[in-house]
Amino acid sequence: MKFESWGEFIAMGGHGPYVFAAYGLVILGLVGMVLIARANMNAARETIRQRALIDEVSS
Amino acid sequence: MWRFFHQWGSPKSFFELSGRCLPWIGGVALLTLFSGLLWGLLYAPADYQQGHSVRIMYVHVPAAIVAQSSYVLMASCALISLIWKMKLADVAFTTLAPIGGMVTALALLTGAIWGKPTWGTYWVWDARLTSTLILFLLYAGVISLRQFGSPTPQGGRAAALLAIIGVINLPIIKYSVDWWFTLHQPASFTLTARPSMPFEMWAPLLVCVVGTYLWMIWLWLLRMRVEVIKRESRSLWVKEALLIS
Repeated sequence: MKFESWGEFIAMGGHGPYVFAAYGLVILGLVGMVLIARANMNAARETIRQRALIDEVSS
Repeated sequence: MWRFFHQWGSPKSFFELSGRCLPWIGGVALLTLFSGLLWGLLYAPADYQQGHSVRIMYVHVPAAIVAQSSYVLMASCALISLIWKMKLADVAFTTLAPIGGMVTALALLTGAIWGKPTWGTYWVWDARLTSTLILFLLYAGVISLRQFGSPTPQGGRAAALLAIIGVINLPIIKYSVDWWFTLHQPASFTLTARPSMPFEMWAPLLVCVVGTYLWMIWLWLLRMRVEVIKRESRSLWVKEALLIS
């Protein structure tokens, strides 16, 4: 580990805000895209399921 | 070989096969990215000139590499969809465009954040930065053009054409640092030469690059699966696959 203490890690030698902003944005972007894709999958599944149920009732 | 293409080429078998690989790819992607980022953030050495801001490299460089590779993949799928009118190729390039757009945006944003402590500015109209901005605009153009067309390979013709023409921008990005006098440093990480940085720096970088590629493939499959069942929602196999599970 390159840091002696928690405070030193957060400060990053004065570059803390830059480093954590960059990591935060990337993690947000990568995780967010996967969560959105999963939500879209569930929504699409639900629509198809409901439509199949309606077809069954009406036929 | 042909069987491979045939299996992955039909929407139904794509859905089945990708469903089986997905948890594995996702798991390995998360594990690789997590360990790579922690390695870069905690254990990689600080730079003697840049100090700790060099750690931004572990998110910026993978994003920039994947942004360009995604474009090559997107344009290849667009070409296949134009020539052979293959349904799945159209799905592939359509769903890859937003992923490419997102990683390009991340490369630009993390680059800007890195630029401030290193160059003293968030943005310069330098050849590398400008050509990467054009890459982002190309992705945005492909996404918006694709929205106009119907969900068939024919409806995606204009978007596919733009994707293919945009490939011209890729060598410009790559050689911009050699052709023009730029603030952006040339690549210190290539496939052929030994890296010009110490092992403690390039090893975590390599892990982050691999992790970002795996993430891209994972998300791409996820998005393709959504698009496939939407387009094929009237077919029997989709109903069967969804009602059983």
